[in-house]
Amino acid sequence: MAAHTAVMSMSKILNPFWGGRLGHTVKVRLVIMYEMLILQPPPAKYGGRHTVTLIPGDGIGPELLNHVREVFRFSCVPVDFEVVHVNSALESEDDINDAITAIRRNGVALKGNIETKHTMAPSVKSRNNLLRTSLDLYANVMHCQSLPGVQTRHKNIDIMIIRENTEGEYSSLEHESVTGVVESLKIITRNNSLRIADYAFRLAREKGRKRVTAVHKANIMKLGDGLFLQCCREVASDYPDITFDSMIVDNTTMQLVSNPQQFDVMVMPNLYGNVVSNVCAGLVGGPGLVPGANYGRDYAVFETATRNTGKSIAQRNIANPTAMLLASCMMLDHLKLYGYASMIRNAILTTMNETRLHTADIGGQGTTSDVVQSIMRIIQSKGPLISEL
Amino acid sequence: VNENVPHLQILNLLKQWGLSLNGKDKIKAQEVSRVVGALKKEPPQPRTFMRGIQTVTLIPGDGIGPEISTAVMKIFEVAKAPIQWEERNVTAIQGPGGKWMIPPDAKESMDRNKIGLKGPLKTPIAAGHPSMNLLLRKTFDLYANVRPCVSIEGYKTPYTDVNLVTIRENTEGEYSGIEHVIVDGVVQSIKLITEQASQRIAEYAFEYAKNNQRASVTAVHKANIMRMSDGLFLRKCREAAEKHKDVKFNEMYLDTVCLNMVQDPTQFDVLLMPNLYGDILSDLCAGLIGGLGVTPSGNIGANGVAIFESVHGTAPDIAGKDMANPTALLLSAVMMLRHMGLHGHGQKIETACFDVIRDKKVLTKDLGGNSKCSEFTEAICERVRDLV
Repeated sequence: MAAHTAVMSMSKILNPFWGGRLGHTVKVRLVIMYEMLILQPPPAKYGGRHTVTLIPGDGIGPELLNHVREVFRFSCVPVDFEVVHVNSALESEDDINDAITAIRRNGVALKGNIETKHTMAPSVKSRNNLLRTSLDLYANVMHCQSLPGVQTRHKNIDIMIIRENTEGEYSSLEHESVTGVVESLKIITRNNSLRIADYAFRLAREKGRKRVTAVHKANIMKLGDGLFLQCCREVASDYPDITFDSMIVDNTTMQLVSNPQQFDVMVMPNLYGNVVSNVCAGLVGGPGLVPGANYGRDYAVFETATRNTGKSIAQRNIANPTAMLLASCMMLDHLKLYGYASMIRNAILTTMNETRLHTADIGGQGTTSDVVQSIMRIIQSKGPLISEL
Repeated sequence: VNENVPHLQILNLLKQWGLSLNGKDKIKAQEVSRVVGALKKEPPQPRTFMRGIQTVTLIPGDGIGPEISTAVMKIFEVAKAPIQWEERNVTAIQGPGGKWMIPPDAKESMDRNKIGLKGPLKTPIAAGHPSMNLLLRKTFDLYANVRPCVSIEGYKTPYTDVNLVTIRENTEGEYSGIEHVIVDGVVQSIKLITEQASQRIAEYAFEYAKNNQRASVTAVHKANIMRMSDGLFLRKCREAAEKHKDVKFNEMYLDTVCLNMVQDPTQFDVLLMPNLYGDILSDLCAGLIGGLGVTPSGNIGANGVAIFESVHGTAPDIAGKDMANPTALLLSAVMMLRHMGLHGHGQKIETACFDVIRDKKVLTKDLGGNSKCSEFTEAICERVRDLV
């Protein structure tokens, strides 16, 4: 409420002539601008150490997050983890509610993927989705970059994907009105579309990107994706330095597999975001290499970009820790611990260049522990603390 | 002599290929089983038989449509395929009661012949009537869209050895077109999944796999998020899998399929999916082998109707300039021949087309050469003459 009254007075100050005649769009945009002014990571707790919620999840999540903790402890990163376990086999939602409360308390989280057994009753919703919608983590950001040490079919890819994370096809609103006929609702709202478009353009400007592409299917879903596209166009008019264009999703996937270098920043609703982000992750080398971040107004949750549970490779020491470690570096950047973030990131990228340490998913035979040991060795040799001793 | 006796039908088809049972040529077991498979596939309604020639409705389409249709007709003539073409035009006309429909002579021709070949149709913007493709789909209840994606040897893409088929449900799902504005600024779009349509498409997918010697069918879904709708689709797929135990069945999430597809497309065989995922994935697979200009496609409808089409656009900028690439329509026509059981002719034409592309001497502009459409067609005709 305070934010809204502040906006009204601010709008009256900024536009004395228009006053109450400001359109709905402009009011929403002013609210967004105001909220962005106050977005900042939570302040450091006692002793200069941050507390971050850790959700191990299922599959390879727990072992990878253990490695993250190992690396952080080794590098003396001032972050403490509050571990919250979520049991995906239970039907009650108490576990995930506890996790959500913990994240509200700490403001930042690092998580593994929580499995959704679709053999259970439809009333048991996806835990990951529940987390994202409760905390209103509306933007999923994924940066796909070709890594020099990894062999892929396409080179020089550098795409940022911004995906709407809360609505669209993932609203989980389904009903069976007649037996044998199921309806699933896809919701697109003006507010959320404006919000995500605004986020995309601001991020593009911040990172010095030149072009934003909106991905949609407005030729078929005229009202839904049409609204999304219209909101993107409205926001684009405020950023004349950034080119805006749009592309239909099937054409986008075709272009991605033949000529991915043409894309710069892409913004899209939820389901197309799922497809496009997985295609891009595959193009740069696989699910083990790309980190992802979910940003909301007040909270941020970091995880791997493609959100795989990896049940088949769990507990076998062959999972690729790169994605989770890079996600933890993104978290450190968010907490403004830039020194530690770049130290760990450089160690990871140096390790990536050595082919004999590649794990099975990128064509090598190394083990997870080998990779982590190598990263820690590099941190030790380059770390500032050693030279001061 | 009763023509419908099975062994005589087999003999007739083998004779078409120039093989004989007591001859010195060794007949491969696979070819015989394909013939038997083709016989089983024949729809119960009698087709127009005029001295063994089958009539097919040809819809040339707009833009480059007429040029590529002429090219295909010419190649078929040289290959001596027993096909007689009946050309029809489809433009939307308003019938009684204001409902948009295709011209009645086109509809009647298609209902009679059951097989059709279609070129690209213009999609009008703000013309007041729905797209022609949508009209055709509704008129003939074309429920399955089949797109075989096979890497073309002469046309280089970063992906080699792609050999998969995407089967997409074409009538419902996310493209039901039901949308409402609930409140100003909130739009709701309905995705419809019905038991009947899912069952129909699942049955078709397994039949196709069996008839074309495909080892496995993979159902693509997102049942972790859309529990009830994709859950229903999956249940029907599992039921169909039970009935066809000789074909392997597995299910995979949409994101996993996308991820693995761009890393290693050889692990997929037949993909079965609802409308939206099918749209995106079939275009993704088309991109893997070189784009829409070289991808064949077929639509199967109820009552035995099948319309094969080229999925690229009308390319109005090169229409009439003899620059078009007829490969997509040609490969769709080959698919049509296989569907009708004329495997021999289909094989000949396909081999000729691939040989010409592999030689790289005569290629149209989009394939990387600078020959004309007529020259490309002529090169294929020459190859066909050599193979006949």
